[in-house]
Amino acid sequence: MIEVEHLCKTFTVSRRDAGIRQAVSALFRRETEKIRALDDVSFRIEPGEMVGYIGPNGAGKSSTIKVMSGILTPDSGVCRINGLVPWKQRKEHVRRIGVVFGQRSQLWWDIPVIDSFMLLKDIYRTPDAVFHKNLSQLTEMLSLQEILRTPARQLSLGQRMRCEIAASLLHEPAVLFLDEPTIGLDAASKLAVRDFICQLNREKGTTIILTTHDMQDIEALAGRIILIGKGKILMDGDIEDFRRQLSPVRTVTVSVRKFADMVLPDGVQLVQKQGETGGRMIFTTDTGKVAVPQLIGLLSEKLEMYDLSVENVSMDALVLSLYRKYQI
Amino acid sequence: MRLYFHYLSLHIRERMEYKKSFLLNLMGQFLGSFSAFLVIWFMFARFHSVKGFTFSQVLLSFSVVLMAFSLSECFFRGFDTFSTMIGNGEFDRILVRPRNTVFLVICSKLQLDRLSRMLQAAVMLGYALPRCGVEWTLPRIGVLVMMIGCGMAVFCCLFICGATLCFFTIESIEVINIFTDGAREFGAYPFAVYGKGILRLLTFVVPLACFQYWPMMWLIDPESPVFYAFCPIFSLLFIIPVSLLWKLGVKKYCSTGS
Repeated sequence: MIEVEHLCKTFTVSRRDAGIRQAVSALFRRETEKIRALDDVSFRIEPGEMVGYIGPNGAGKSSTIKVMSGILTPDSGVCRINGLVPWKQRKEHVRRIGVVFGQRSQLWWDIPVIDSFMLLKDIYRTPDAVFHKNLSQLTEMLSLQEILRTPARQLSLGQRMRCEIAASLLHEPAVLFLDEPTIGLDAASKLAVRDFICQLNREKGTTIILTTHDMQDIEALAGRIILIGKGKILMDGDIEDFRRQLSPVRTVTVSVRKFADMVLPDGVQLVQKQGETGGRMIFTTDTGKVAVPQLIGLLSEKLEMYDLSVENVSMDALVLSLYRKYQI
Repeated sequence: MRLYFHYLSLHIRERMEYKKSFLLNLMGQFLGSFSAFLVIWFMFARFHSVKGFTFSQVLLSFSVVLMAFSLSECFFRGFDTFSTMIGNGEFDRILVRPRNTVFLVICSKLQLDRLSRMLQAAVMLGYALPRCGVEWTLPRIGVLVMMIGCGMAVFCCLFICGATLCFFTIESIEVINIFTDGAREFGAYPFAVYGKGILRLLTFVVPLACFQYWPMMWLIDPESPVFYAFCPIFSLLFIIPVSLLWKLGVKKYCSTGS
């Protein structure tokens, strides 16, 4: 259980104009500015939840993760994770969490991955039995057999990320923080990482908190998203709720053998018809008036269909419209 | 302790990936600090004493300081590159490990290249001990060990002190090097040669003289007060303000953006 209440953190940032003269004068008189990285952030996450934490660059995503993982001490506010305050009971707390920073490696560059893992075993004082059980499970789930004996510098980015994730899970944490886990990965590696995260959540009930800019990640993984902008929580809830709230319109495309005339209910429109006697028909429906299953039922009564697809507004478009709505 | 050796073995394995650069570094380090010894040696070839200290006594203080310094450097100098650890976010990683932060910083950067300096310090010590006019009884050897041990602790504190400043500035500050690398150089002479003011500073503020000048006085001159011999222990008090400063620094720490 993660409880975060009224978390605030300000950073002091110094500013100066470009140029050598400004640089020299900045030595003596420095203009500083306070930036509210976190401004009254509150949320709750239940055990076993998978939460996507999104927001534009500099919104406060990483700061929140850093506070929750005991790296930063906030100016004020409460944060309790499984009953522990991360920055006060740091050692007990971090023993139960795993952190993956997508952009920073925790593996030793010049020595085989397995050596890094053995070191982690000593750092976390993981008992032999637990360690070997987890290692063999992770090796299988992330298919690491071949790469465990390779030095980290010779791994591809995708292979390395799989090792990073394994490294963060060897001590069986109850909570896993993933900071941009799929950054820079190719399609196959992204899929492998996503599948693994889903499986982990399903089989071990690990609570997962994920920050990302890749909306497909969110779509594939998180049931719930929290949107942060300028240090404030703007929205918190189910992905489907967002979608309904933001854009109630769905597009339904059907391919039919033969066109037929029909009366469309209020809220449904035929936007396009391709072909002479048969072909593709594209409808839009306002889900507030006619739900998608209802429309499909109606269409299948009247038409002989051989293909059908329903399109959501893409996650990217959705998030952009969110950013616009809140002007962040 | 087991973890420390685990780190050590990984560092050795890592260094062995690049054998040539390791060997060249060892040689470079050796020649570098050997030159400091030559400077002293040439000086004493012309003048026979500095402020009443003979060559062999200077040699003793030099070798004690060098030994303490190179021990602490070899094992604890992770703090030297602390500003880069903060800059590239490595320190974030350390904070999410369930171990003492100071300990992990020490472990993450062991400087094996400095082994050559330790070897050299050992040679110097071996040369100086029979020649400095001290009769080596058991208590005296005890004091010598204490001097080196406490000296190592003081240097280690100084490294930490310098690193702690990074929390407030994000960049490293060279000021502290006056007391670390600087002390190695001017610690070649008993600190009394620099005058009363400096000696006081190095006794009560930065306790470098506590493990060098005062116990050495006791070693050389049996008439001097016995508490001189226990000065090295006094220098350990330096750990208290330094550890408080470190705690404050970790609390103030604002990580860099990712």
